[in-house]
Amino acid sequence: MSRPLPDLAAEVERLSLVIEIGGMPVRVHTTDPAFLNMLSHRYCGFVGSSESAEVEFDVDLVPPGFADPDAEVRVIHQVGRWSLERGDFRAEWEPASRRGWIRQSANPYSIDAVLRIVHTLVLARQGGFLLHSASAIRNKKALLFAGVSGAGKTTIARLAPPDATLLTDEISYVRRQDDGYVAFGTPFTGELAKLGENVSAPIAALYLLAKGPENRIDPVEAGEAARSLLANILFFAEDEQLVQAAFHSAFEFVSRVPVSRLTFVPNSQVWELIG
Amino acid sequence: MSRLFVARNPRVAARSLGGEVMIMSGRDSTLFTLNRTATILWQAADGCTPLDKIVQERICAEFDVEPAVALQDAETLARELAGHEILQISEEPIPQRNAPAGESR
Repeated sequence: MSRPLPDLAAEVERLSLVIEIGGMPVRVHTTDPAFLNMLSHRYCGFVGSSESAEVEFDVDLVPPGFADPDAEVRVIHQVGRWSLERGDFRAEWEPASRRGWIRQSANPYSIDAVLRIVHTLVLARQGGFLLHSASAIRNKKALLFAGVSGAGKTTIARLAPPDATLLTDEISYVRRQDDGYVAFGTPFTGELAKLGENVSAPIAALYLLAKGPENRIDPVEAGEAARSLLANILFFAEDEQLVQAAFHSAFEFVSRVPVSRLTFVPNSQVWELIG
Repeated sequence: MSRLFVARNPRVAARSLGGEVMIMSGRDSTLFTLNRTATILWQAADGCTPLDKIVQERICAEFDVEPAVALQDAETLARELAGHEILQISEEPIPQRNAPAGESR
């Protein structure tokens, strides 16, 4: 007795994972179990179970080739569709249908960049932003420590006392809520290479970091606060409306959250001044 | 000599905070902080008031400067701001639609 022939085009199993950062579930579909496994480890603590994702991405894995992850990011909006491109990935996302695709090799860095960009686009329309800053929760309040590379974000995070909950040592997630702002933990890490906790708290203060001979806190004038904040907001889109939205969000933020300059020497006593 | 009209470019975002006017280009995200003279020009740039009238009524009223010199400087400044696409300049009045506010939002 002959056996039936197998289907010539066997259905490829679709695997998926929900990555939930800042309360926004993003579902990633792939056909590669190893890639999915890598993502579930990479975003451990941020893997959600939401059925209805706000964004769904099909990841098309391609063989590694020449790719420059330091190449300039291009984020363009055309006919209701975002196009995202860097040396190591291409992606498209259509907000109306909530669907998109990512073409990249099987590495964690490309999809991480896509997630960061998508979150900046979504947040910009909601009055929030991603900020180059470390952040932590202490006494139920979130504290942000902003600065460019080398300003001390990782150092201040490393010096945090045991009762502080680290949200990130590199990129803070800031969402507008009621009359204030809330910071969420992120898996976007800096030199500490330690994922933030997936929790949130109202933002009580933003400190602009500076290294110096003593620990001290100085007031910052409103204009300087806005300029410094704008300099540290992550924004990639070549889109006038979103640029304007991000600009106004920065001014709203400094009108509602105290901004100070925190000069510190790298010792844990600095945390006695704050939080 | 033809009159010059200046208008705020609706494609920029502007805010006044602590006495400073900051403007961001929507095109390339460049941030500008205006000095006092540029702030006066920005705030008065309604598209229908000629530049010489702005200089006479606003700039000369605040600074001790000869009107002719002030007008020449203001023209140079207006062209510079137009080069950054912060202001629009024309020899005709400029209709203003959806222009950023001249004062704080």
